[in-house]
Amino acid sequence: MRHHYVLPDISKPGKIGCSLPALDVPASDLPSKDALRQDLALPQVSEVELIRYFTDLSRLNYGLDTGFYPLGSCTMKYNPKLHEDVAVLSGFTSVHPYQPDKSVQGALQLMFELQGLLTEITGMNMTSLSPMGGAQGELANILMLKAYFRDKKDLKRKRILVPDTAHGTNPATAAMCGFEITAVPSDADGNLDLEKLKSMLNDEVIAITLTMPTTLGLFDPHIEEINQLVHKCGALLCGDGANLNSLIGKVKFGDMGFDCVQLNLHKTFSTPHGGGGPGSGPVCVKEHLADFLPSPIVAKQGDAYTFMTPSKSVGRLGSAYGNFGVIVKAYAYILSLGAAGMKQVSENAVINANYIKEKLKDSYYLPYDRTCMHEVIFAEKWQKAVGISTMDVAKRLLDYGFHPPTVYFPLVVEGALMIEPTETESKETLDAFIEAMKTIAKEAKENPDILHSAPHNTPVKRLDEVAAARKPDLRWKMTK
Amino acid sequence: MSSPYVPNVDADRQEMLKAIGVSTVDELFKDVPKKFLNAEFKLPPPLSELELKEKLRQIASKNVNTEEYACFLGAGFYQHFIPSVIHHVTGRSEFYTAYTPYQAEASQGTLQSIYEYQSMICQLTGMEISNASMYECGSAAAEAALMACRITKRNKVVVLSTVNPRYYEVISTYTREHGIELERVDAASAVKLGQDYACLIVQYPTFLGYFEDLGSSVQTAHESGALLVAIASPFALAMYKSPGSYGADIVVGEGQALGNPMSFGGPGLGFFACRNEYLRQMPGRLVGKTVDSDGQPGFVLTISTREQHIKRERATSNICTNEGLVALATMVYIATLGEQGLRHVAELCYHKAHYAEKELSKLKGYSSAFNKPFFNEFVLRCPREPRLINEALFEQKIIGGLDISNIIPNGMLICVTEVNTKADIDRLVKAAARF
Repeated sequence: MRHHYVLPDISKPGKIGCSLPALDVPASDLPSKDALRQDLALPQVSEVELIRYFTDLSRLNYGLDTGFYPLGSCTMKYNPKLHEDVAVLSGFTSVHPYQPDKSVQGALQLMFELQGLLTEITGMNMTSLSPMGGAQGELANILMLKAYFRDKKDLKRKRILVPDTAHGTNPATAAMCGFEITAVPSDADGNLDLEKLKSMLNDEVIAITLTMPTTLGLFDPHIEEINQLVHKCGALLCGDGANLNSLIGKVKFGDMGFDCVQLNLHKTFSTPHGGGGPGSGPVCVKEHLADFLPSPIVAKQGDAYTFMTPSKSVGRLGSAYGNFGVIVKAYAYILSLGAAGMKQVSENAVINANYIKEKLKDSYYLPYDRTCMHEVIFAEKWQKAVGISTMDVAKRLLDYGFHPPTVYFPLVVEGALMIEPTETESKETLDAFIEAMKTIAKEAKENPDILHSAPHNTPVKRLDEVAAARKPDLRWKMTK
Repeated sequence: MSSPYVPNVDADRQEMLKAIGVSTVDELFKDVPKKFLNAEFKLPPPLSELELKEKLRQIASKNVNTEEYACFLGAGFYQHFIPSVIHHVTGRSEFYTAYTPYQAEASQGTLQSIYEYQSMICQLTGMEISNASMYECGSAAAEAALMACRITKRNKVVVLSTVNPRYYEVISTYTREHGIELERVDAASAVKLGQDYACLIVQYPTFLGYFEDLGSSVQTAHESGALLVAIASPFALAMYKSPGSYGADIVVGEGQALGNPMSFGGPGLGFFACRNEYLRQMPGRLVGKTVDSDGQPGFVLTISTREQHIKRERATSNICTNEGLVALATMVYIATLGEQGLRHVAELCYHKAHYAEKELSKLKGYSSAFNKPFFNEFVLRCPREPRLINEALFEQKIIGGLDISNIIPNGMLICVTEVNTKADIDRLVKAAARF
């Protein structure tokens, strides 16, 4: 089953994977020879060989359609097939972004309506769909904050507070905008340490970026107090919507006092991850930030839809209007659910996570023994005692046919094992997973070697990452 | 009726709540202050699969699509023929429903595909290494500027005025808060770079279609110790000398044209390649080849100590999710055409564009704006405002070129690819002749 070759290995001069048309106009003189290249070497493979090659490769992959994918913080929920079908309608795919507005009214209508839907779902006032990933949405938020305070001539705010549990993208984004970053620690219960927060807040702080629920899968019960403290010192509350799946249809970011929030359509709104994108990271803001939204947004004038640039916009994040193909799928998802369906999503996501927590808390150490939201985090403490690491547990899960949970994140939990089941898994699947996890906990004590050497049933065994980094081999080479 | 995407029925929920030790769902939300819980959501009532498909079909039909209209728009997004192989590969759910390949043993398909992709981008650009993709060309160019500043420890960036204005806007968005000074200058030959410039950014061929001397741009940059960032059109790379062969340091570009639909501008693909010596300053993901515990070859994400999930505020970029599936499609497209097919399509574009340029320039009142070599886009000076001409063309089911009268008086940027037949081009010429 395992591939031992790459495309150049099956390439042969003269082969091609498709038929191409002949020239149907009179030929012009080609440019001078010294402008043209003679060195372009690329694989030459027939269609049938290509299809077999890629079919084989696909079978080395584990996708959501293969099975349970409880990758914490990534919201790997099922991607309805209907979305894939509607997104490839030629009225969506074969449209050039610079066509005149009157020829793209359908696309603009869809974007306008999605802006409205996401604004309502988050309880904000305005939305821009232009960020192309969650991290770019974060960038949009931080740029808006900076522009907002500059506009108010409040220039001394140079620091952003980031909880120590946050995704790496939060501090990385703040750094891209030239901010100092201060980490806010969590307390023993996994909540933000309020005393520490108070001591850090002053008129040099521009905002705190807060993921809610936190990346520990917990809802911080002090959200109202955090909101008051932050705003009292003149700073803003900047939301990271990475974990929105536990709140949709149930709780609104706007109600909780957030000034802005970025979403991940490829998580909460069920568009597929594609092995690492394309994603989409719209930003939803309150009225006072609306003029700063990234360009463009869609407006309605009479019966016609048109693009507009907000008056104090932070500018463009890409050369077009965001990942439109992804936007179509998220729109379809929201319309298929309605308000009641959306509530069912968050409730079932939370039930599923708590069910796993309850069933596994005697087998794995639970660092925060309290009701969780859409994901639960265990730690390696008990397994470590017998010489087993979180990585060993994760790799052994592959042998049982499950994709492992997120491991070693958040950093504040030693040997974290972060399980996010999502609402699209049945009780039967969860029970099978729980059973496998219990068996692994038992194996850790009775037969640790089988964990150390796991996985055994995958196309490759455990890979040498150290060697990969020490002597990088990042490409093949072909020459003419 | 329960949702097809939520398999647990009420009986399951009750049983699970009991196992958890609560009697209502809202007990699980007890940490949420009561006043925020169960907010009212004003959303349209749910649609069935049948209704939803019909609704989306209706919305899509309100767009004019390029299968019904002949399209001569380019400027970064291009209509090319996409062989069936591509969507049959990307349509395999083992690929499109997988996450970023963190667990290598379960993701060899994605990882090996990215390795193939990185290799092909290197071959095309003439560079030593490539990352796994950026969002699209504008942000890739912006990340290149940030990277050049890190490498040179300088903070001035110069962009030639012949770079796509949209790319310039994105570069501006990304660099503004970074303490970077951004300048726009007219021609490379006029540029005198001081010792505080990090990079010179040029486009190959330019936004206006013609080629500028890439070799002299490289020289200008290198003379002051700055890097040369080339924004390259992928189809031009199938025919013309690579930026790498001219000595470029970083090459980025928009990969949409290689096997991906235009999709109203997204998702696209920012490809990003550079010299090996800059490896540890690169943004984005990288896949490397290694061996497993049995000594068998395999692939992993590597050199991750540059990235946000490890380095946090000291990361080379905040990028996380990129354009994985688009990169896959692009790689499969390049493999499907191979070196000969890619060159053939590039030459079709070249000849058809030159045919269109000759025929249009013959018309009274029209002329080619530049007497310079071009690939498949050119600027046509029109006898009237391009907006008016485009409106008339539209009536004939032709989407005309991009109105760039803000840059060139009465200028229209016209793009021709292999999908534009001779009949389409002749129709364009005939319709344009009425002005």
